[in-house]
Amino acid sequence: MNRQNRRILMNKVVMTLSSLAALAGLAFLFWILGVLLYKGFGALHWDIFTVDMAPPGREPSGLRNALVGQLLLVVGASVIGVPVGVLAGTYLSEYGGRHGKLARLIRDISDIMMSAPSIVIGAFVYAIMVAPMGHFSGWAGIVALAIMMLPIVLRTTDDMLQLVPGSLREAAIALGAPKYKVIMQVVYRGAKVGMLTGILLSIARIAGETAPLLFTSFSNNFYSTDLNHPIASLTVTMFNYATSPFEDWIDLGWAAALILTLFVLGSNILGRYIIRTKKGK
Amino acid sequence: MATICEVTHDHIIEVNDFSFYYAGSDTPNLKHVNMPIGKGAVTALIGPSGCGKTTLLRCFNRMHDLYPGNRYEGEILFEGRNILDKNEDLIKLRTQIGMIFQKPTPFPMSIYDNVAYGLRLKGIKDKSELDGRVEQALKDAALWKEVGDRLKSPGTALSGGQQQRLCIARAVAVEPEVLLFDEPTSALDPISTQAIEELIVKLKEKVTIIIVTHNMQQAARVSDYTAFMYLGELIELGVTEELFITPKEDMTEQYITGKFG
Amino acid sequence: MYYRIVDKLFEHSTRLLALSVLILLGALFVVLFQEAKPAIDAFGLHFIVESKWAPNMDIFGGWPAIYGSIVSTIIAMLIATPVAIGIAIFLSELAPPWVAAVVGSAIELLAAIPSIIYGMWGLFYLAPILRDIWGGNGLGLATAGFVLSIMILPFMAAITRDAMKTTPDILKESAYGMGATRWEVLKDVVIPYVKSGIIGSIILALGRAIGETMAVTFVMGNVHKIPQTIFAPATSIPVTLANEFTEADSDLYYSSLFYLALILLVISFTVIAAAKFIFLRKIEEARA
Repeated sequence: MNRQNRRILMNKVVMTLSSLAALAGLAFLFWILGVLLYKGFGALHWDIFTVDMAPPGREPSGLRNALVGQLLLVVGASVIGVPVGVLAGTYLSEYGGRHGKLARLIRDISDIMMSAPSIVIGAFVYAIMVAPMGHFSGWAGIVALAIMMLPIVLRTTDDMLQLVPGSLREAAIALGAPKYKVIMQVVYRGAKVGMLTGILLSIARIAGETAPLLFTSFSNNFYSTDLNHPIASLTVTMFNYATSPFEDWIDLGWAAALILTLFVLGSNILGRYIIRTKKGK
Repeated sequence: MATICEVTHDHIIEVNDFSFYYAGSDTPNLKHVNMPIGKGAVTALIGPSGCGKTTLLRCFNRMHDLYPGNRYEGEILFEGRNILDKNEDLIKLRTQIGMIFQKPTPFPMSIYDNVAYGLRLKGIKDKSELDGRVEQALKDAALWKEVGDRLKSPGTALSGGQQQRLCIARAVAVEPEVLLFDEPTSALDPISTQAIEELIVKLKEKVTIIIVTHNMQQAARVSDYTAFMYLGELIELGVTEELFITPKEDMTEQYITGKFG
Repeated sequence: MYYRIVDKLFEHSTRLLALSVLILLGALFVVLFQEAKPAIDAFGLHFIVESKWAPNMDIFGGWPAIYGSIVSTIIAMLIATPVAIGIAIFLSELAPPWVAAVVGSAIELLAAIPSIIYGMWGLFYLAPILRDIWGGNGLGLATAGFVLSIMILPFMAAITRDAMKTTPDILKESAYGMGATRWEVLKDVVIPYVKSGIIGSIILALGRAIGETMAVTFVMGNVHKIPQTIFAPATSIPVTLANEFTEADSDLYYSSLFYLALILLVISFTVIAAAKFIFLRKIEEARA
């Protein structure tokens, strides 16, 4: 075989291998997705949304309390995490500067916090809230999720604000606007779409978290909206149900998994769609 | 020493022995500039790139204060008061001395809200007063005919030339005494450029104008006085026709005849 | 003047909130350390290499959990890295644009799926298959490593692809212009150019894998022993925390769990910081 042919053969071998790797990886991923859709839709019925969790074997049984609890936790975490993250991100972009020392340090630390093990965050909140209060609570779950959310919102805000051209800020300043008005009325407006998308994605991200809730909001078999007490969530319920020996609980676990995934993927797709239509303009 | 002609208009601004340093630099970017600005006149700043004309322009509304570390020396008197004073109210100063930028900078809001922006900053809330002043400003900027029927549409949807006139309307609306133009047509096509130039000539009935341009024909067409700057120094300030026909400084002559730049 | 006060107030409150990130990270270390203090006093650094974990006798050793975390992560990386790089090559160099767009988006979406779903799939679908192949109950380091590898695959493939995309087209074109094959362009131009970015992506994925809880808790088996083989049940730090935190009935038990959490935080902090500062800095600077 001459050199030319050997090079072409080598090329074919490597390219085939990488295509196969891609195919194999995708096959597994779609297997998981397929299982989720099959089991999830199989277990989905109206009772899930209207009936609370019940002991194994009892009909009807649903997830209403877990859905409500999940909603409260995610909304609560967003109410804390979004404003704090947006304002902190505003500092980085508008006052800290792209190369400012403090701003760079905070950016780096946020990136690290973003990948910090979520179970450790749960343990941390257990130590500062659950242990002193003496019991699990919805608030502790909210704080744990908000801590996870903060660095994500902060970094997207920072990135999105930096995309707003400096000339826009100067133009507003030149009209005699004080800086906080420039930021709130001009810069935020200019970055609106990107920030909204970032916030949406960060909500989707924390909505799927289980580990930080295991020993903060814990779980509750009954309907409750009292954040001073343990509260049910979809994710912790999935964990408890999937590891239980009861067929009907396991099925409900899959239904919860499907609902959660549809929410998370829906938010992601919506976010992408918003960004794309904005770019198209 | 620079050659400075007699400015027969009242002096609205007087630059006295003024130097400017960018952050972290020991050598001044502007060196001992002395220059009067005639009230109700158009003064053009010309010179090769890097000569400091834009730097000087941005001193008049203290735009350099946005970036920490920049330093002024000397004085710039505006209606008798030194605007470089530490206690100068920059917000008020910038409503008195407005600015138009190289590229149009419409805010991400409607045409109406763009023009009303500065008015609302001033605290004007009355709907009918806002309506009237927005309309007047758009008329002053020769834009009313084109956008009067779609004030609610976004400012960013206009063409480049229209956007620049929108920015002029926005600046004019707050009734400044001085308007600073920083190469306002460099991003525009010839037809839009002509519209802006006509507007500048018309606007000087109401407001004093200082314009930075790299286009000598533009300076000749629109200005009453022209200042030629080189390497951070003012070389010559003259009545525009005289400066272009009989420059007093060799360096000015070389520049306007295209020997360098 | 009124606006000056508001301006300062706004600036200072945003700065304070930005600083809260630093305060949080500091508090994270301090609080974990404090809670772990009794265990640190009782066992010292020997905790790390001690294999006995006997809550009923108040003896706690972290080695089985640490060992499990490390081994399951290594298994995950060994499987995921070549596949992720393969996918990245496929997406950035091989696939026609529309395929790359569709598959690329699908991969990014899959990276967003909550990790607990991977765990459930592992428990109900993968473990039974592995049980039939290897015997035992199908739970253990190998199963956990495999589930982890599938979980980090989309994340790793997506950021590796992004790193590969930073190669300037002109560089690739000049190599093609000299008659190089795709593989040669990849091997001689693209990979050297983005090497540190790829390594950084891999380490970042590693950081995620080592701290991951839900994907592995279902399939690890939760046995506090160094397993004979990777196919036998074991445990890892996150798994131990998830399963035992609410059961800790003595102070030393509780404190030992915090000791494990602290060790996990230090490991993941080090790994992620290394990825960021050593390998990814260049990419960020190129983007800025």
